[in-house]
Amino acid sequence: MEWANQLCENRQFGSKMTDSKYFTTTKKGEIFELKAELNSDKKEKKKEAVKKVIASMTVGKDVSALFPDVVNCMQTDNLELKKLVYLYLMNYAKSQPDMAIMAVNTFVKDCEDPNPLIRALAVRTMGCIRVDKITEYLCEPLRKCLKDEDPYVRKTAAVCVAKLHDINAQLVEDQGFLDTLKDLISDSNPMVVANAVAALSEIAESHPNSNLLDLNPQSINKLLTALNECTEWGQIFILDCLANYTPRDDRESQSICERVTPRLSHANSAVVLSAVKVLMKFMEMLPKDLDYYGTLLKKLAPPLVTLLSAEPELQYVALRNINLIVQKRPEILKHEMKVFFVKYNDPIYVKLEKLDIMIRLASQANIAQVLAELKEYATEVDVDFVRKAVRAIGRCAIKVEQSAERCVSTLLDLIQTKVNYVVQEAIVVIKDIFRKYPNKYESVIATLCENLDSLDEPEARAAMIWIVGEYAERIDNADELLESFLEGFHDESTQVQLQLLTAIVKLFLKKPTETQELVQQVLSLATQDSDNPDLRDRGYIYWRLLSTDPVAAKEVVLAEKPLISEETDLIEPTLLEELICHIGTLASVYHKPPSAFVEGSRGVMHKRLPARTGSGEGTECPDVGNAAGGSAPEAAPSIIPSQGDLLGDLLNLDLAPPTTTGPTPSTSGMQMGGMDLLGGGLESLLGGDIGGSPAMGAGFGAAPAVMPASLNAPVGGGLGDLFDLGGGVGMPMGAYIPPKTVWLPAMKAKGLEISGTFARRAGVIQMELVLTNKAMSVMTDFAIQFNRNSFGLAPAGPLQVLTPLGPNQTIEVSLPLSTVGPVMKMDPLNNLQVAVKNNIDVFYFSCQYPISMLFVEDGKMERQVFLATWKDIPNDNESQFQIQDCHLNSEAASNKLQGSNIFTIAKRTVEGQDMLYMSIKLSNGIWVLAELKVQAGNPNYTISLKCRAPEVSQCVFQCYEAVLKN
Amino acid sequence: MSRQRVVKKNSGALRVTFDPYWLLFSPLTLQVLICRNYKGDVDMAEIDHFLPLLMTQEEEGLTCPIMSHGNVHFLWIKHTNLYLVATTNKNSNASLVYAFLYKVVEVFTEYFTELEEESIQDNFVVVYELLDELMDFGFPQTTDSKILQEYITQEGTKLEVAKTKVPTTVTNAVSWRSEGIKYKKNEVFIDVIESINLLVNANGSVMSSDIVGTVKLKTMLSGMPELRLGLNDRALFALTGRDKGKTVTMEDVKFHQCVRLSRFESDRTISFIPPDGESELMSYRINTHVKPLIWIESVIEKFSHSRVEIMVKAKGQFKKQSVANNVEVRVPVPSDADSPKFKTSTGHAKYVPEKNLAVWTIKSFPGGKEFLMRASFGLPSVENDEMEGKPPITVNFEIPYFTVSGIQVRYMKIIEKSGYQALPWVRYITQSGDYQLRSNF
Repeated sequence: MEWANQLCENRQFGSKMTDSKYFTTTKKGEIFELKAELNSDKKEKKKEAVKKVIASMTVGKDVSALFPDVVNCMQTDNLELKKLVYLYLMNYAKSQPDMAIMAVNTFVKDCEDPNPLIRALAVRTMGCIRVDKITEYLCEPLRKCLKDEDPYVRKTAAVCVAKLHDINAQLVEDQGFLDTLKDLISDSNPMVVANAVAALSEIAESHPNSNLLDLNPQSINKLLTALNECTEWGQIFILDCLANYTPRDDRESQSICERVTPRLSHANSAVVLSAVKVLMKFMEMLPKDLDYYGTLLKKLAPPLVTLLSAEPELQYVALRNINLIVQKRPEILKHEMKVFFVKYNDPIYVKLEKLDIMIRLASQANIAQVLAELKEYATEVDVDFVRKAVRAIGRCAIKVEQSAERCVSTLLDLIQTKVNYVVQEAIVVIKDIFRKYPNKYESVIATLCENLDSLDEPEARAAMIWIVGEYAERIDNADELLESFLEGFHDESTQVQLQLLTAIVKLFLKKPTETQELVQQVLSLATQDSDNPDLRDRGYIYWRLLSTDPVAAKEVVLAEKPLISEETDLIEPTLLEELICHIGTLASVYHKPPSAFVEGSRGVMHKRLPARTGSGEGTECPDVGNAAGGSAPEAAPSIIPSQGDLLGDLLNLDLAPPTTTGPTPSTSGMQMGGMDLLGGGLESLLGGDIGGSPAMGAGFGAAPAVMPASLNAPVGGGLGDLFDLGGGVGMPMGAYIPPKTVWLPAMKAKGLEISGTFARRAGVIQMELVLTNKAMSVMTDFAIQFNRNSFGLAPAGPLQVLTPLGPNQTIEVSLPLSTVGPVMKMDPLNNLQVAVKNNIDVFYFSCQYPISMLFVEDGKMERQVFLATWKDIPNDNESQFQIQDCHLNSEAASNKLQGSNIFTIAKRTVEGQDMLYMSIKLSNGIWVLAELKVQAGNPNYTISLKCRAPEVSQCVFQCYEAVLKN
Repeated sequence: MSRQRVVKKNSGALRVTFDPYWLLFSPLTLQVLICRNYKGDVDMAEIDHFLPLLMTQEEEGLTCPIMSHGNVHFLWIKHTNLYLVATTNKNSNASLVYAFLYKVVEVFTEYFTELEEESIQDNFVVVYELLDELMDFGFPQTTDSKILQEYITQEGTKLEVAKTKVPTTVTNAVSWRSEGIKYKKNEVFIDVIESINLLVNANGSVMSSDIVGTVKLKTMLSGMPELRLGLNDRALFALTGRDKGKTVTMEDVKFHQCVRLSRFESDRTISFIPPDGESELMSYRINTHVKPLIWIESVIEKFSHSRVEIMVKAKGQFKKQSVANNVEVRVPVPSDADSPKFKTSTGHAKYVPEKNLAVWTIKSFPGGKEFLMRASFGLPSVENDEMEGKPPITVNFEIPYFTVSGIQVRYMKIIEKSGYQALPWVRYITQSGDYQLRSNF
């Protein structure tokens, strides 16, 4: 309050009468005075008093004690006074609900005032008073205002429905306001339409399944018409709403795009960005060979570039979005590199984003220019920007091979500047360049080594140590260099310690004679004097390796490293798709899905881009979720869930464990000590297959002698596990189980890798999963759900991952499946779409199961029935296949097939050819009859399948082949 | 305004809360001036986290226009010494929020001439009224200050209820122009202003150069006139098949909301009902490479611990008939420089120590001419430890009666149902935009 007084004193010099004089009334004892003034008979005095009250309120003083007196001033014909009283009410009604009721009458009366401004004011304010008792009284006036003759009142009332819904959703539904609101979408006034759309979108957000907006071609057409007439803000509401629609086919998609494109010329950046969102989403459905597709791509570039001349904050939003767009459709901006060059006076947040985009756009064609710029930036003063520029040079080298040499020499130039953070950053990126182009640029090592002493950041130190270890054989004094780091071993960060340990072991393996002492020293430092378990474990593993099998040690430690990928920090494709649907919003700025930062949005549908569908022939293969898009032609269209629903089903995961009680799943959590050790950056250890190789020189026998006995066993065990990894799980007799394949690569799932297979054991179908955590943080809260599928497969119990999955841990889980889930035909028939959730996100993948999992144990048909059925099934349903290179005799084949519940019913031998008749019953009751012809000495079998549902034949045949050949 | 200001420890701040967003204007001095909570789903106290967050970021030198604390996100802009902050806990449309915040600045500036702490306090009643009309429940509503001024005025006393009506314009499809406007003389003034953005490398090669043009209108026309603007737009000429004289390819065009965008999209016709008074009708961007109009060559030699010598040559690379006015060449100098000495072949140069600049001003710079400026500064013998950036040389200038792109107004058709004759006046100006030449310094 002090400021107000001071301000006032200050103002006594100038005699101008302004509102600020009201700020003087906040001295003690003033409340009493104000009370008197509020109750004054003089209008003018009253008004002055209310202004004083509002002034106090504005500076945060509690003037709620004046509530009844202020409310008394409400009945006035002075509009300004009325507005002030309303303002007061909005602020204090919640704290004084009982007294707020006093105001109701005036509100109701004002809602019928002849002046539309007052009607609107009343309905607007009432909606802001979040007191239950008041909302009840609001309904009738609101109903009238929604039908008011004045559009100003209607547009205010439309928003009021959203307000009311926020306070009491049930009331709004019961009162039928939602329908009235929907009607307003057809209002003759564009501003009313825009506000109705905004209100409905807001309400729909909290009811993802309500289908409130009911978007269909007719309503879309109305919206597109209103788009041309409403204010810039209204255009944004409408465009954001359009973005939620999924057109039926590419034609509709194109026609919407055509009508949205003119918005790209709007002066308001937010209109442009919302239009870009609609276009980016809908163009997904356009066939790429369509002329219009190319035209649209060309139209998108200029407005995106122009956004860079907007205000810096808008530039920032635009740049974050361009970053997404460039990843999704690099072709749009590939020729626009220059506009992303950094200006000296750009704010730092704009500079950093521009840099990111420059790297994404870097290509052989423009690399020279980019490098020149980056070099310029690297000599700036802004530390973060400089660091990022140096890193960018390294990324260019890795991305554009032809430029690598130039990048390296640029980095060397920068190292010569001796600016400490530049040098350190350069060394970190040079390490990556060495990884990408091994044995190519070692000539620079000498220069790097000169700067050894100036490195004080762990990452730079670790990088330098890695380089020394990796090229130890070419650095004469590698041992001295590494030894110098060893002196302060315990003061180093873990990153440096681990790297130093590995580097010295590498050095030892390369120059065993001179460095034995060094390696013993580091091993003892790591294992005995350290209390860091990672370091200790890694120390022991090296120790054990070196002492038991030096040859293996060399194979492991010096193994060839996998290449590093070209593009770093690309956004994972499903997330990218979701973010494209959120262009312009906070999600697109944070590069995180809304569920990651908005409370209560967990269950809300993730947005996805539509798949290419519809009339365009020869479009590319539709991806996950598009099963309904025309691949099940024989099914009646009405029973195919629309794609939206389908996705909704899959995405709207109810991740609570299903209630069905299935057999207890056999969880075999493998706690792998070894894995833990090998993950953290020890790229060189994994991946070597251990075989015979020339014996190493002497000197290993004397390797570490001290090894605590207690630790011996677990470490050995860990190693054993480690090397067992390659072999699969033991196969039970009988049923064929395909080998595990990777279903969800870690790259696509923020570090979660899932591989698996399906098995049928004792009549129970099991999905056998191996979950590996390749991320740096612990994963918990696993859950799984399937999309509808051809045979109604569904988890029969929750996914049993009982302990949190630590980094680099792997766990095997088997999930019993039932066949009573919802059914929808998939293509291919045995395709299964799966969603797996953990504490980080939800991930989707699809896999195919061998249909033999569905062959039930009681599938042996009576002979008579078999004969009758065989005759009964029309010949059209018969399909014939060849199985080649099968060297089993009919007996063995029959036995093998029986293991997978394919039962031989009869056997005939005609002219040296065995005819086996078999029956199979699928879990959904479909019978498949088979005739297998096996000719002695001929490795090719012929199989004929007959089934009332001939679609399954192909899958069944695949099973025959798989079973017989394995 | 040279009024004396009391130094305030606890100064006020205008705080406005929007629905999902709030808007808060607060000067550096930490307190909320005015706030308007449009929705009530963000706790008012959350704003207390804003300034600490901002300070931390500023200390680290890494500010970002979006910050978050828990579930609350702050989207802010700074205008003079006020912060306008919107808060939200939803996945709001960020570009809309910023566009809106800038609109608020525009409206308040038009109302109060200057948007600053004092003008907010002086007019807090109107500020509240405006905030009420600008946004409802987080949805921006009427943001056209000319229309707002028709029913929200600063002279509150005049506003007796009976007189105040909502202008129909507010909800009309034509929401930017009121009916019943009358002028004795019907005229429209068209300014075509082209700004040159240029970035030149230290070795003298042009890294990027583009032209951003704007067409500004000052409309003094009665009634509801229909206007059509004709430019020598290449795309239009290609469309109509005519090809007379020089045409210009506009890379991207942005229009005021009065222009019928779908009409432009289909036949490149710029047709509109103009807002009354001044407005920016359109802006365009042209990528055509033009020779930099004023070319600068500089040699900056720094002799550590003693002095720095600067030689700058400026060359007018435009037609001899044209003249660039108010040319200002700003050359960065080290922050610890002192005792400046200048020698110029024309104009005059001065040292602006608070900006670390030597500014060379030439009132009138004819095309084709070349001028020189030499400067020398002393440097202290003890060197400044702090790393200094390498700011570029920047140039300001203005060339009247000329557009560098060659764009021309071919016609401006004005049709009003009363059938009056109106005169269009056109003026062309080319000026410097973001005109930077990196130096070797």
